Amino acid sequence: MLQLEPRLENSRIWIVATPVVAVLCTLIAGGAMFAFIGIDPIRAIQTIFWAPLFDPALSGYAMPQILVKAAPLILIAIGLSIGFRANIWNIGAEGQYIMGAICAGAIGLAFYPLNTWYIFPLMIFAGLIGGAAWGLIPALLKTKFGANEILVSLMLVYVAEHFLASVSLGILRNPDGAGFPGSRNFQQYESASNPELIAGTGIHLGVIFALLAVIIAYALIRFHKFGYYVNLTGKSLRAARFSGINPARLTIICLCLSGALAGLAGMFELTGPAGQLSIDFNVSYGFTAIIVAFLGRLHPIGIAAAGLLMALTYIGGELAQFMLNLPSAAIQAFQGMLLFFLLALEFLTTYRVRFKLKRDA
Amino acid sequence: MARFFDAEEISKTYPGVKANDRVKLSIDSGEIHALLGENGSGKSTLVKIIYGLLPPDEGKMLLNGQFYSPQSPRQARANGVAMVFQHFSLFEAMTVAENIEVGMDDPPSRSKLEANIDQIGKQYRLPIFPKRIVGDLSVGERQRVEIIRCLMQNPKLLIMDEPTSVLTPQEADQLFATLRELSSEGTAILYISHKLEEIRTLCKRATILRTGRVVNVCNPQSRSAQELAELMVGSSFAMASKRTPSEVSEPLLQAVNLSCKAATEFGVSLSGVSFSVGKGEILGIAGIAGNGQKELAAVISGEATAVGSLRFRGIDLLGKSITERRSLGLLTAPEERLGHSAASEMSLTENAFLTADQRMVLSKKGVIDWKKTKEFALSIISQFDVRVTGVDSHARALSGGNLQKFVIGREIAQIPESLVVNQPTWGVDAAAAAIIRQALVDLASKGGAVVIISQDLDELLEISSSIAVLSCGKLSQPKNTNDITRNEIGLLMGGVHGSTIGSETSGAAA
Repeated sequence: MLQLEPRLENSRIWIVATPVVAVLCTLIAGGAMFAFIGIDPIRAIQTIFWAPLFDPALSGYAMPQILVKAAPLILIAIGLSIGFRANIWNIGAEGQYIMGAICAGAIGLAFYPLNTWYIFPLMIFAGLIGGAAWGLIPALLKTKFGANEILVSLMLVYVAEHFLASVSLGILRNPDGAGFPGSRNFQQYESASNPELIAGTGIHLGVIFALLAVIIAYALIRFHKFGYYVNLTGKSLRAARFSGINPARLTIICLCLSGALAGLAGMFELTGPAGQLSIDFNVSYGFTAIIVAFLGRLHPIGIAAAGLLMALTYIGGELAQFMLNLPSAAIQAFQGMLLFFLLALEFLTTYRVRFKLKRDA
Repeated sequence: MARFFDAEEISKTYPGVKANDRVKLSIDSGEIHALLGENGSGKSTLVKIIYGLLPPDEGKMLLNGQFYSPQSPRQARANGVAMVFQHFSLFEAMTVAENIEVGMDDPPSRSKLEANIDQIGKQYRLPIFPKRIVGDLSVGERQRVEIIRCLMQNPKLLIMDEPTSVLTPQEADQLFATLRELSSEGTAILYISHKLEEIRTLCKRATILRTGRVVNVCNPQSRSAQELAELMVGSSFAMASKRTPSEVSEPLLQAVNLSCKAATEFGVSLSGVSFSVGKGEILGIAGIAGNGQKELAAVISGEATAVGSLRFRGIDLLGKSITERRSLGLLTAPEERLGHSAASEMSLTENAFLTADQRMVLSKKGVIDWKKTKEFALSIISQFDVRVTGVDSHARALSGGNLQKFVIGREIAQIPESLVVNQPTWGVDAAAAAIIRQALVDLASKGGAVVIISQDLDELLEISSSIAVLSCGKLSQPKNTNDITRNEIGLLMGGVHGSTIGSETSGAAA
């Protein structure tokens, strides 16, 4: 008979081995699924995981795309992970991402067509503030009235989406756009654009900021009192209070911080890869980042790796879709399997499975 | 062997620990048999097996010569085995009779039941009015309800789990009279406790458990309390030295008319609490848990707000945060080790930082000096003999006694000018308790003003220079320990509850 036993201490081996084993399990189960729908599993997996990185014909296109996709995921996930560590559950990063982009966009458009150096920094600032303000709403409702931040932050995503639709069709619509919905294109407005820093690499300012966020978050968690307080609050609220932490203040800081980073990601996306505010500006980075944060075990380095892996499966999936005619549902199922195995195997870090012959009592 | 009850070679294994290892236990009819052991020695496991709450992995039991293996408490009761738990399971909104009725497998009619309760109450000196609402009863009276509930089934073997932990000395004396009465009628009683003095007065035979094994079966009356404690712990240790007699000194920590509203529906409000502690003094605050102990500790630490006056070195503390109070030199150690004093999923180094940042200067401009913190953790471990593999161990990996030494040691090692501890030795093994008490005495002798909130009256009488009693959120006037008797303290503990007070003086625990 199988028996589960709680471990006295978390297994260090499994903490490291879980992602590796999970990827292996995904390859086996996913391969079986691909074979079942009549696609060569080896080729499919090779197209998803190998081709974007190492195929000389494809990697020139795919590698920059991976960075472009990974940057906002990592930036948002880093912010979320700090709150998650303290049991503060912001799941409305998508909304904060939208609001950051709208605020930054509005500031940029206000200066159009002026070209000066300070417009872009102002837009960065506006992105941070817009996201933080959208995060502040659930924070205040939670600390003043005890409202659940999960529900409030999630519902504010839908408010933000409607607001986005309203401004893209209304006050921020491109006056020279022949009535098409959507704002002016920021890529064509020099002072407000976020181009590739080195052509053909995909590296734009957002990628640099994502890298900075990873480093700063790592330092905060490892060496700073703020990181300690965040961890302590997550592990035991009463011990945190006893230590002198004000939980309400921490809630506000964490929600604003994760909101600000989501807003920043929105700002870079708007001024770079997306180019304009439009009804379909947001593509669920804010939600996917929640998965990235957990895949990375809320650890900054883990999040960087998870963000890149997630981006790889997206790009690889797209390649497999048009090269092998793999249905997009199969790719989503494949991504789902990866998540499933990671989370299922995480169980093994805290529990041990024992095989036992049941004796008669 | 033809004892009334025999347990042979009982073994029970939990993940990572052998809770019972070939345990033997035998009880005669009419015997009050003590089951002694530290927390985690396997007492509860054994009792749960006897009462049918747990199946043993191995071993067999005989009751009255018959093979006995209860699959449930109901079967245990049907065989004449009853148990009074340490934590009561009574419905507060129901009457005594209703509570007893719901616990019975086949209750008689209400009027017959009430007559029965009356009759048992008279016979065994457990006076209780069956129509009273349980919510209005004192803790001692509630325990009577539990005992009567057991006696209704005419038990042949009655298990009592730490029955006096919630009683005043007078109530405890009454309980002992009841138990002796029952034993004289032939009821076997298995009496679980770690209070050695009361076992020495009550029992003629004791089975001592340590780490799941029977280490000794002896007559506790022929052994000293120290000997029994050493058998329980398995090594010799020094009892805390006597308190140093204190001269009257200037008050360092002073509360005048301190009041606070209960934080939750089940909390206790403090009303008009006044005390003062000077340098070198140890003020003991006695009282049964749940009378405002947690609230008082939280008000002093700064975790809860209050009205009135609380001054430390002449500085008004109310309105000051817990960290500001620490910087001033007032440290506290709460009752719960895991989840309050320490975070269970964090390492000892991280837990050392939890309260020591201000006084030990463990961070600069927000950057934590982990090397210094680790050294501090190591110094606590060596100074207070914390048995642990290293500072990277999680707090939850430590035994209760070791963790308690660590969290109290963490505060003492910061050399506070004043230290307030709540239940410092609760659930801690005797050796660790002695180390903790000694450390508190040493702190006071170096000039620290110490407040000890404790349920353990013996502990307070042993080390405090003055004693006050907290009851229903009110604190009695502190009195010099030499001028207060156990009896007086007992009256203060129970007096406000309005429970019946025994006439005889402390015969139980001297």
